[in-house]
Amino acid sequence: MNTPRRRIVPRLLQLVLVVLGVYLGFILVFDVLLGQLIPKSLLTMYMVFVIAGAIMVFTFTEEGAQELVGPIKALVEDPSKKWVRNVVFVIVPLLAGYYVYSSMLPGFEAPVELRTIHPAPPGKFKAYGKSYNLATLENPFRKFEKEDPAKFKELVKEGGNIYIKNCQYCHGDKLDGKGPYAAGLNPTPLNFQDVGTIAQLQESFLFWRIATGGPGLPGEAAPWISSMPVWQDFLAEDEIWKVILFLYNYTGRQPRSWAHE
Amino acid sequence: MHKEELIVLTRNIRTICGAFALAISAALALPTLVHSADPPATATAPAATASAGGTAATPTAPTASSGADGAASAQPAASFPPAPKLTAADYPTVKGVNARVAVWLIAQLHLWFGAFVVAVPMFVFMIEAIGMATRDKRYDNMAYEFIKVTITAYSLTALLGGLLCFGLVLFYPDLFKYLALIFKESMFAYALLFFAESAVLYIYYYGWHWLQGGNKKWVHLTLGLLLNAVGLQLMFLANAWTTFMMSPAAVDAAGVFNGNTWAAIHNYLWNPINIHRVVANVAYGGSVVGAYAAFKFLSAQKPEERAHYDWMGYNANFIAIAALLPLPFAGYYLTAEIYAYSQQMGITLMGGVFAWLFIIQAVLIGALFLSANYYLWCGMGRSDGAYRYNPRIKYIAVVLVGAFLVWFTPHTLVLTNSELKGLGGPYHKYLGALGIMPAKNTAVNFLIVFTFLSFLFYRRANKIATVSWAAAGNAAQVALFTAGLINITILGVYYGYFTNTVYKVAASVPQVLTTLVIIIISTVIDAFMYKGAKDVAPLRWGRMPDRSQYALFLLAVSFTWLMGLMGYVRSGIRQHWHVSNIFRDSSPDAYTPGLGYAASVVSVGTILFMAMVIFVFWLSTVSGRHPTVKGYWKEQTA
Repeated sequence: MNTPRRRIVPRLLQLVLVVLGVYLGFILVFDVLLGQLIPKSLLTMYMVFVIAGAIMVFTFTEEGAQELVGPIKALVEDPSKKWVRNVVFVIVPLLAGYYVYSSMLPGFEAPVELRTIHPAPPGKFKAYGKSYNLATLENPFRKFEKEDPAKFKELVKEGGNIYIKNCQYCHGDKLDGKGPYAAGLNPTPLNFQDVGTIAQLQESFLFWRIATGGPGLPGEAAPWISSMPVWQDFLAEDEIWKVILFLYNYTGRQPRSWAHE
Repeated sequence: MHKEELIVLTRNIRTICGAFALAISAALALPTLVHSADPPATATAPAATASAGGTAATPTAPTASSGADGAASAQPAASFPPAPKLTAADYPTVKGVNARVAVWLIAQLHLWFGAFVVAVPMFVFMIEAIGMATRDKRYDNMAYEFIKVTITAYSLTALLGGLLCFGLVLFYPDLFKYLALIFKESMFAYALLFFAESAVLYIYYYGWHWLQGGNKKWVHLTLGLLLNAVGLQLMFLANAWTTFMMSPAAVDAAGVFNGNTWAAIHNYLWNPINIHRVVANVAYGGSVVGAYAAFKFLSAQKPEERAHYDWMGYNANFIAIAALLPLPFAGYYLTAEIYAYSQQMGITLMGGVFAWLFIIQAVLIGALFLSANYYLWCGMGRSDGAYRYNPRIKYIAVVLVGAFLVWFTPHTLVLTNSELKGLGGPYHKYLGALGIMPAKNTAVNFLIVFTFLSFLFYRRANKIATVSWAAAGNAAQVALFTAGLINITILGVYYGYFTNTVYKVAASVPQVLTTLVIIIISTVIDAFMYKGAKDVAPLRWGRMPDRSQYALFLLAVSFTWLMGLMGYVRSGIRQHWHVSNIFRDSSPDAYTPGLGYAASVVSVGTILFMAMVIFVFWLSTVSGRHPTVKGYWKEQTA
């Protein structure tokens, strides 16, 4: 039987240091080095599973588990640790109480919400006095990408002009959602450069969102908080399709499609 | 092998193949049977006249009624009514009963038990066959104990199925009538198959000890095969009704059935669901019998009982993990098919209102992988040679947790206003990229490969390779894992982010194949490398900490909860339709409930199911008790 190793850093302290190290690592990498803070809600989820993983590693052997819980058992059972025990038993409830108090303290910040970024489109919708079936709706100009590249280029250019005249005020001249008006809007306008926006969607979805705007959103997006105008009132059908061509062309993204190139 | 034994073996294999062929023929003959029951071609009601003035939505599937029903489309229209247009008054109510919640809970409980009783015979058949091949009685005993648990669960499945039927007839009579009109033949076949299932199951179970040895054992094994064939057919039929409600086929825009039952069964999402459910059921069944073994392990009084149930728990966990590994791919295939069928359903599912349930799903799947790995790591304690591999476990854990974090990172972050300002918008420049499927696919492949590595270490823990090329074999495995993981990463990053959707989705296939190649080649190398290997010491079954058994419980509970949540999502994406786009739900409950409410209903269902499962476990325990009560019975004189 091997005698238990004497460790320079006890297992329990090792565990605490590992968890603390990972936590600070996240803050350091995202908030300091990358300059994009890590949201508290996500960090909490991350840390729950980091702690679970760390506990699993520290307890999968019987010796490891005993070493880990040894100091805790000693704290509870060892008569010689009476004073430490009393101090811990006072501090822990106080910390828990402080946590509950600070969590429940009313604040001025608006509560967070689970916003639906991509509300599901309806099967059919009406615009320009017609009914469109989103399952079969296609961009009528997309075919020119292969059939007549020069014409396609011209269409994209026209779409770009329409975009600059109408859309860039909110969505930005770089299509990154940072137009001159963006700061005044909440939610902020969509960033088309993001890999998770138009790259994930079919062109028919964009047509529906642009043509019907915020008021066209389905009930699941209620309460409606999008300030997107109803563009069918301002742009012709073809103009919307051209803008869509421009959005994909400028960002270098491809619309979601089930057809092979 | 003696010549006589060879003859017997050949004959038995022929018999078993014959039985299997019979079952397959029955499955194939089913469409012919139901087709022959089509109504005569004396239709009078053209479908178009029933259309709701152009307002009825067209079924969105471009191919929903094509392909399989090509022949049917040429048939004259039959005299079927369109889907009814109901009002709230058409839904009977019972005071104090919420119809939706009642049917929801009963259906879910029925499905949980159904999944369990369909799954267990699959691996019981395999375990029995392994027992026959190795002549190790322990396998036979374990298979018997598994099927014993199933018997009570089978009764509960049937009871809940009956209750569900009553619930539908009572609360949703028009929906039931409409579905029965389309599926009447398959519903009748279902009822008959249920009798067959009962008969085969009871003979299989009660004949276990009778049909032992020689040809009798082969007969018994054949019954096991038949049981599986019938059970799967039952599930496939029920799946058809469910998927018809999502992706209706053989009906026109107004819901008028064209008379082709097979086309209605073979709708767009039928096979994706079939595949997903078969794989998931095995994993689920493995986890529930694992929980049974854990229950028995924790309540065992004697060391030999602990050893037995420890061994049983190990096998159950092995079954659950083996089926869990391909499960994400089956799920991904199903989801991709849902997306391909309907953009609306796809976005509702993963980008819209249900997206947050997918985050919970991701968390639960991660919990499944973590608990399965933890159980394996604890299990290395059975071996005295495990100390050689223990130091490496922390690296596996780092990768697993890392992959898990990527796996559940949402695309839409929950941000406070100050965070929103800090980020300059709702998208995170770096974490946002982890929120979409290419990152998830890469992460889940890493999870699977490293879970397999845990298993590899577990297998090796008690062995010392004696072949001369052991070092070269290890080097080959390291190279295989490294090359494979690099390939998975490149496929995920390059094809996932820098190509269009077709390649994004398609790249998941070579990722899966890479994972499979790693697993298969590594298993082959290991099998040869450890052939004739020395044991460090006899494995000490039963030398497991109690906490490892709670990992088995966690596995079963996570699976149950996961199935409930995802089952709700699958059903919920129909939104306010009984049958997507053709039969509107006009009941007062025709709205999508809040996520918290839905999660609460599923959680209550999970608690109910686990309580019933514990009852089943307890029953199997008390049925083995035969206490002698002195002085109660009158002494009989000879």
